[in-house]
Amino acid sequence: MDTVKKLELQKIACKVRMGVIEGTFHAKSGHPGGSLSIADILTYLYFDEMKVDANNPAWEDRDRFVLSKGHTAPALYAVLAEKGFFEKDLIKTLRKPDSILQGHPSMRYTPGVDMSTGSLGQGISAAVGMALGAKLQKKDFRVYTALGDGEIEEGQVWEAAMFAGNNKLDNLVAVVDFNKLQIDGSLDEVNSPCPIDEKFLAFGWNVITIDGHNFDEIESAFKAARECKGKPTCIVANTIKGKGVSFMENECDWHGSAPKLDQYNQAMEELNKTLAELEA
Amino acid sequence: MADVIKCATRDAYGKALADLGDKRDDVIVLDADLAKATKTAVFKKAHPERFIDCGIAESNMMSLAAGLSTTGYTVFASSFAMFSAGRAFEQVRNSIAYPKLNVKIGATHAGISVGEDGASHQCCEDIALMRSIPNMVIINPADDIEAFQAVHAAADFDGPVYMRFGRLAVPRINSEDYKFELGKGVLLKDGKDVTIVATGLMVNEALLAADMLKEDGIDARVINIHTIKPIDKDILVKAAKETGAIVTAEEHSIIGGLGGAVCEVLSESCPVPVLRLGVNDTFGRSGPALELLKLYGLDAEHIAEKAKEAVKLK
Repeated sequence: MDTVKKLELQKIACKVRMGVIEGTFHAKSGHPGGSLSIADILTYLYFDEMKVDANNPAWEDRDRFVLSKGHTAPALYAVLAEKGFFEKDLIKTLRKPDSILQGHPSMRYTPGVDMSTGSLGQGISAAVGMALGAKLQKKDFRVYTALGDGEIEEGQVWEAAMFAGNNKLDNLVAVVDFNKLQIDGSLDEVNSPCPIDEKFLAFGWNVITIDGHNFDEIESAFKAARECKGKPTCIVANTIKGKGVSFMENECDWHGSAPKLDQYNQAMEELNKTLAELEA
Repeated sequence: MADVIKCATRDAYGKALADLGDKRDDVIVLDADLAKATKTAVFKKAHPERFIDCGIAESNMMSLAAGLSTTGYTVFASSFAMFSAGRAFEQVRNSIAYPKLNVKIGATHAGISVGEDGASHQCCEDIALMRSIPNMVIINPADDIEAFQAVHAAADFDGPVYMRFGRLAVPRINSEDYKFELGKGVLLKDGKDVTIVATGLMVNEALLAADMLKEDGIDARVINIHTIKPIDKDILVKAAKETGAIVTAEEHSIIGGLGGAVCEVLSESCPVPVLRLGVNDTFGRSGPALELLKLYGLDAEHIAEKAKEAVKLK
């Protein structure tokens, strides 16, 4: 990836992370940890990979994205706001009764949200349905979904994986945000779904493992997915939960708690510093 | 009665799907390895390119149906009632009903009349489950004529619909010129002493019960409620006002089904005695369907007894 493009994506990802902190702080709840770990992937999807139109969110031939790990909606909302699907100021209304930004993504509330999710394991099935729809109608739109590594403990994920593999849905890419932590502890402590790559391989998928915070590797993976014919692609993205905010990184407790004022201030200070460095 | 035509509503479902497939390009059918039993195989034969077997994975099928519908299809997803409403309840709620997507659930093998397969497959809780979900429309047809038209009405409706079909061949009660109207109860027989409100295969039993009651000098009204949600409040309130007592009859638990729905309406709008006849908060068992229906009190004789009790409560 050329350095200008990379720098631009890094800046946007930093703003997306600010949106995550902004949203969860004002909501006094939400899930910052997994939102920060998926921020770079979502930035790449919406600012490079996917063909979408913020002025026409329901465009029939758009690429689709399903946030199967729906609790990390703050990251999706931040990236949709950056892309212009709605005003950035709305981020501050996250989880409020009159807001278009529900605690978990709802396609009926938010422009740009392609599927209502939040109950883990269901989003990937919906994405499989969309990919099947494209194939049956001989349309060339592609479908992307992001799963949590804890989420793939849900049996439904493997029902979906089996169907996608058997039906050769090569227009489908599932990213597993492999940040190694879930609510009750590390994957190992709870009920590890590892090895993730071998499982998806066994279900007939093309599997690519990357550093989910490295835009060169992210780009190569999505390009390779486009080239792969006859199989859906799973990108196992090694990530850091809480990435970009020092005190949130690799801390399980930041899965589902919002920053308080002093923590908000510190997080924004760190992210502003990162952004200033990128813009220097 | 030798000339009574008997047909299972699931057979009408299969035929209606194939017919819809002829008329509409947007209709697509999913099944979970039960196509021969649910009768979606009839659609599969006619339109193989628009039939998808999802395998024994109902949860995935329901959420997949939701995603597929967003690409422009009217999706029918089929399995037994137990696995459609039961196993995949949460997928139906969160993936289909919450976003109000255009998915129709064709649930066959509902109720005790599944027969020999026994309690694990005799779903008597599906109406209660589906009724509790916002945005959900529930249709429980009484015969094959009604079932055939109900499938077309569901296809024309924009949003989720749960359709309940039976395995057992049941008597046809409607004529060929019957017109199904979604959400409208059907007055099958007028009467002034008591109203029997029935759904599904119990509608025929209700008509037979009304004949029996005539011999006891009781003039019973019979109403067919094929659309359990949204329920036809007007026809129920009118019946309560004019007959003063109600008996509900359904091949479903007495908890949360038609009986529950009728009580909810009447307790608020016109309280009168309501006696509920249904599966009495118990599991089924194996046996021939007709024997089981009698064993569980799901027949005309038991309806007539309930109606007499209801009249005494007036």
